[in-house]
Amino acid sequence: MPGPTRLVTVPAQTITTDPAPLTPELLARLRAICGPAHVLTEPIQLRTYESDGLLQYRATPGAVVLPGSATEVRDVVRACATAGVPWVARGAGSGLSGGALPVAEGVLIAVTRMRRVLEVDLPNGRIVVQPGVTNTEVSLAVGPTHFYPPDPSSQIVCSIGGNVAENSGGAHCFKYGFTTNYVTGLEIVLADGEVVTLGGKEVDRPGYDLLGAFVGSEGTLGICTAITLRLIPVAEATETMVAFFDSTSHAGEAVSEIVSEGVVPGAIEMMDTLTIQAAEEAVHAGFPTDVGAALIVELDGSRAECDARFDDVVRICERSGASEIRIARDDAERMAIWKTRKAAFAAMGRVAPHYYVQDGVIPRTKLPEVLARITALAEEYGMRVGNVFHAGDGNLHPLVCYEGEEEAERAEELSGRILEVCVEAGGSITGEHGIGVDKKRHMPTMFAEPDLAAFQHLRCAFDPRGLANPGKVMPTPRLCGEVPGPYRQHPLEREGIAERF
Amino acid sequence: MATETLRSETPQDAEDAAELLRACAADGIAVRFAGGATKAWGHAGGDDGLRLCTSALDTIVEHNRGDLTAVLQAGVPLRALDELLADAGQMLALDPPLGAGDAATVGGAVAAGDSGPLRHRYGAARDLVLGMTVALSDGSLARAGSKVIKNVAGYDLAKLFSGSFGTLGLITEVIVRLHPRPPDHATAVGATDDPAVLQDAALALAANSLEAQALDVRWEAGEGLVLARFAGIAATEQAAAAERLLGASGVQARTVEEDAALWTAQRTGQRSAKGAVVRVSGRPTQLAESCEAAKAAGATLVGRAALGLSWIALPAAAPAELVQAIAGLRDTLRPSPGVVLDAPAAVRAQLDPWDHPEDSALVLMRRVKARFDPTATCNPGIFVGGI
Repeated sequence: MPGPTRLVTVPAQTITTDPAPLTPELLARLRAICGPAHVLTEPIQLRTYESDGLLQYRATPGAVVLPGSATEVRDVVRACATAGVPWVARGAGSGLSGGALPVAEGVLIAVTRMRRVLEVDLPNGRIVVQPGVTNTEVSLAVGPTHFYPPDPSSQIVCSIGGNVAENSGGAHCFKYGFTTNYVTGLEIVLADGEVVTLGGKEVDRPGYDLLGAFVGSEGTLGICTAITLRLIPVAEATETMVAFFDSTSHAGEAVSEIVSEGVVPGAIEMMDTLTIQAAEEAVHAGFPTDVGAALIVELDGSRAECDARFDDVVRICERSGASEIRIARDDAERMAIWKTRKAAFAAMGRVAPHYYVQDGVIPRTKLPEVLARITALAEEYGMRVGNVFHAGDGNLHPLVCYEGEEEAERAEELSGRILEVCVEAGGSITGEHGIGVDKKRHMPTMFAEPDLAAFQHLRCAFDPRGLANPGKVMPTPRLCGEVPGPYRQHPLEREGIAERF
Repeated sequence: MATETLRSETPQDAEDAAELLRACAADGIAVRFAGGATKAWGHAGGDDGLRLCTSALDTIVEHNRGDLTAVLQAGVPLRALDELLADAGQMLALDPPLGAGDAATVGGAVAAGDSGPLRHRYGAARDLVLGMTVALSDGSLARAGSKVIKNVAGYDLAKLFSGSFGTLGLITEVIVRLHPRPPDHATAVGATDDPAVLQDAALALAANSLEAQALDVRWEAGEGLVLARFAGIAATEQAAAAERLLGASGVQARTVEEDAALWTAQRTGQRSAKGAVVRVSGRPTQLAESCEAAKAAGATLVGRAALGLSWIALPAAAPAELVQAIAGLRDTLRPSPGVVLDAPAAVRAQLDPWDHPEDSALVLMRRVKARFDPTATCNPGIFVGGI
């Protein structure tokens, strides 16, 4: 994926209680666990792992290990714990927030060899997979009767382990929900090397919902080695259309009307002029390039419900001023529409050499207002901003385009201001890409100190030494205090929230 | 529970509640949270300390119609909320039984992780809560999540607190996702006296692409029912299709258009005023086994067929008999955990209501509790492992 070429070398993180260097003894131990072929230390090998999908951050790990089993993962984590060396888990490395950015001189645990589907249990609607299995492989393993709804644009390459870490969404999550709504069981390894089984095939097992806490924790609470997912029967009917409008605000009105009439589309996606032009150059699906917005609506469900609702949607689009409506007549036409949408990010490289992707979320009704503010900001900065939205859930992906290195800083500043607009509108700084390193400086825009302190409680319960993916999510490095005894009476003895800069 | 003997406080706002928690933590006093006080669940003995009632935290702070979200203080009664949302053609798809006097509150239902038939389509409380404000025993008020349906910023503490039975802190406010309220309903009902046939019919519906709003089963007095409710403009057509499918599965099938009473009975079946209710976290393919177990115990079962969840209600009996019956059910259904919900205090005192093993997950749960509530001020002793 093309991205900014400006590179920021991230210095070694200094937030673990006592980060230790990667010693020859630890390397020997890692080789003994995974086999020498699966421990990479040559600079040329390590370069592959310097960044994830967000290329402007780089850090060189001390070693990359490629465990082949849950036992090997556990032993690698134990060895790191014994040595006091921080580690980062990595799936396919397609994340867009620097969540899998290595800790310089630390260990990077890549799960790419763990690609087995462990069990398919269709009568109970479950699949159990290793973390390196790709998102697409899950749906392939359970078709044609069932499917796995979360479908990030990178689904062909991205791993389920990464999806769990990031709580990945996708185009269909307005109706179907996110990764967190589908994970019913996890086997995880904590940073102290303890193996913990959370949930299973069953729901509502007694105790805290640690599954809910773990999914989306960006690799800071541990690493998962087996994942149980809920599956859905494939819909009887799927209908897809694309409507073109003269402006995003007219398309936005159509979205509001569709949702307020009680229609719950499987997907409802919007692209603006700039992204339509870029995508059209890349995939040639025949979208008109002189329109203000394209609105893709997909309905799925029972044949009867789908047909009735589809007529409603067409009527609403016409009433909202659609200049043209195209209805996919078959799977090939449906795929062409989706190819255009999913190509949008990659295709931006054709109209601008560099861009920042943002991932803000706003309440759906604030769409026209927020878009007007983004347009005004783009004019103020003299930069082009393309927009792709998951319109149903208000998730915006503004693409801030810039020409050369010298503009990078201003582009980043503009991106940050767009996020502030999203938060002011009552939204979020990230809908699906995660905080990682890229957005952690924006966390205080959205969360106050007591909120961050509560997040830290969770982090410290799972990983008091801060060995798992340190330096991510939280805006400033924090230490965990002593583990308090459960019945200690004096609050003053409780954890000191130390901050080291 | 001897809760009526407790000193009781009714904070007027979230800040008051947080301050009360801080003061009790400093004095070593346990705090017992009460919404509608309809669910005396968990370990017996949670009746010491001070009672904190959320009845004054009953404001519907925001109802964002266009965004299908609402911001609710924890003490908002689910029933009043439903009436308000109905006027707007919307609903909070959280429909647990409302308990005595229909007093259940949104905060109580979320804290207990309770649910009803709508869970089949719309998920559990944890799936409907977008954000949350909690008061912790250090006196802080912490927010997590947001007002938008899609958000991955920060840890998802709203899920951690859902179903935590107030043992990590007090939920003072929740932000929830709402859904359009479908105009029409129809239910396909299949009947059989053979648990194996009932399971096959339920599995056939669960695997089908018809999108049911609810898919339940019932076993009572030797007869089993599978109930598939459809909602929306094509409800009747879908119910007819489900009826055909049920017929093909070998059960007696019919369609009921005036179906409200059927579903009220399903919700009511999750509670028992005098007997005991065991909630089994099983698998859809264990339904026949669960029905057989209920049958053998003279109990009634209601369940979510596609989720594998069953509520087995044992009739009133002497405490020793109930304890024995519960142990028997658990043995039959193991390894699926059976959590005792409603039961006389004398019964809950003689067994572990949670049926949770001493494993590494429980160790981790204790670590979570120790970080959030190091003084063990919030509802101590009632949860898994005596948390």
